[in-house]
Amino acid sequence: MKYFLRKIGFFLLTLWAVVTLNFLIPRLQPGDPAELMVQKLAGKNAQLNLAQVRAMRAMLGTPHGSLWSQYWEYMGHLAHGDFGISYTYFPYKVTDVIGQGLWWTLVLVACTQILSFVIGVMLGAYAAWRRNSRFDSIVTLGSTFVGTLQPFWIALLLLYVFAYSLGWFPTSGGYSQSTPGWNLGFVYDAVSHAFLPAVALMIVTPIGWILGMRNTMIMNLGEDYIRLAKAKGLPDRTVALRYAARNALLPSVTGFALALGGLLGGAILVETAFDYPGLGRLMGEAVANKDYPLLQTLMLLTTTGVLIANLIADLLYGVLDPRARRAER
Amino acid sequence: MTTSGFTPAGAPDQAKNIEVDPEGTAKEASTERPESWYSVIWSSKKARVGVITVGIFILVAVFAPLIAPHDPTDSSFTPLMGPSGTNWLGTTTNGQDVASQLVYGTRVSLIVGLFGGLIATVIALVVGMISGYAEGTWLDDVLTFVTNVALVIPVLPLIITLVAYSSTRGVTLIIFVIAITSWAGAARAKRAQIITLRNRDFVTAAKFSGEGTLRIVFREIMPNMTSLVAASFVGAATGAIGAEAGLAVLGLGDNNQVSWGTMLYQSNAQGAIAQGLFIWVFAPGLLLAILITAMCFVNFGVDLLSNPHLRED
Repeated sequence: MKYFLRKIGFFLLTLWAVVTLNFLIPRLQPGDPAELMVQKLAGKNAQLNLAQVRAMRAMLGTPHGSLWSQYWEYMGHLAHGDFGISYTYFPYKVTDVIGQGLWWTLVLVACTQILSFVIGVMLGAYAAWRRNSRFDSIVTLGSTFVGTLQPFWIALLLLYVFAYSLGWFPTSGGYSQSTPGWNLGFVYDAVSHAFLPAVALMIVTPIGWILGMRNTMIMNLGEDYIRLAKAKGLPDRTVALRYAARNALLPSVTGFALALGGLLGGAILVETAFDYPGLGRLMGEAVANKDYPLLQTLMLLTTTGVLIANLIADLLYGVLDPRARRAER
Repeated sequence: MTTSGFTPAGAPDQAKNIEVDPEGTAKEASTERPESWYSVIWSSKKARVGVITVGIFILVAVFAPLIAPHDPTDSSFTPLMGPSGTNWLGTTTNGQDVASQLVYGTRVSLIVGLFGGLIATVIALVVGMISGYAEGTWLDDVLTFVTNVALVIPVLPLIITLVAYSSTRGVTLIIFVIAITSWAGAARAKRAQIITLRNRDFVTAAKFSGEGTLRIVFREIMPNMTSLVAASFVGAATGAIGAEAGLAVLGLGDNNQVSWGTMLYQSNAQGAIAQGLFIWVFAPGLLLAILITAMCFVNFGVDLLSNPHLRED
């Protein structure tokens, strides 16, 4: 029980740390978002009008007052789910804008992540079982090289070959003319748009699983219980799958959650290349337009998502492997 | 074969065994003395390829002005040209020479890798070693908590947010931001390592002889971790190079510098693919991949130093 309480405690503390960090980052920098916004609307060289700035500040809800009062105000807003107004999609609320993009990213990331986990773990386990074979060295060397490719670059390569040269897939966006809805035409349209971004993510993400699984599996294969299983004359397949792979899979559960963070990074770049209407593209837009409320909320949302995934993985790990509950001091 | 990193004296019956000094430079080495650090690295084919490739990149970066045919920012060429005698790899939409940009881009990647890796490694060392040495105390709890927080926060969104707020986007800022966001994994590894080293006899001896904690940690224990530190430096440098490219691709790079990342950004922003300028789009990404792969290969070699089991097969 103590294990679970500690994990929940860590989650809450981390969440608080992230929220506070998110509050502090903009305030560590000089400059005033309201001034920037007025400057942007008025043109680069226009004189700043103080009344305009004040009006903008009121409209955007940009904070003023002491750091402490700002902090409490900020926490209060968060507690009410109030994340401010997007500069880019003015006058829409940040939450509405994100709500639009969330599903695109969620479906794309969930599908590719699960698929690549399954593929990666299977390849890694097989490579470890056939250690030092040709298959093993091809998989290890190949994934080392492929893992170094930039997701953005892979996306451009796929775009060049399959969208521009061959014309098999659309070049950008998440759907074409048809209006979103649950009908066959739209689903087909959306899938054809999502295909290349998914492939781009699928090329990079299994790599971590392959190498991680291979390493833990090799370590497990040297343990006594494997030797015992072999000595008992159990068939290879049983030893490999029921004994070694099953135990090697456990560390990947927590790895799975941690990898989400890296995957989001990749998704940002891939979505930018394909102009895919998900959170990644929103982040790119937020950066380009200095849309700070949107940027901050995206950062908070993605981080919280990873933290929650991490907590679930930790709790699950504690249930699946009793050693974990005892091993930690 | 015995290890060289962890037992400096080696087995007594092996007269050929040579000492490795704290900096990791062997005093003497030849092919008959496989324990010296560079012959261990050199013995691995992968690591050899990696070392040579990285070496070539370093030479290109250092001698960029001599190698590059033109000034990378000179936009006086005919735009949108394919490869030709003057422009070996064609020109950009702005009429800049792609080959020269590639050559100069090497510099940014290597500088970011060198300093980003260095700073991240120093942070990881300090945090990991203090935390591990003070295991079980409140200091360890605090440092472990900070490390764990840094470990779970997704790095790229955080880096993007940090850089997006700053008005100046020089290479220095990018290096700094990358370094302070990417030390956590290495710090955890070092904490684990120091816990295993902390209770060895030579540490106990140092304690009894009255040496201070800092001195024990950094003078007595750290030299035994040279190969781990080297591995984490190469790892951090690799990560920093990738992160710089990712930032630049989103338009957050240093726009006064030509880097492979900014080349990717420019080529994408200006529709190079639609115009069929594929060298401009694909060469920077390919060079990035080659450099990063080479650094991973170097790390294979460094791993051989710290883990002699890997050497046997």
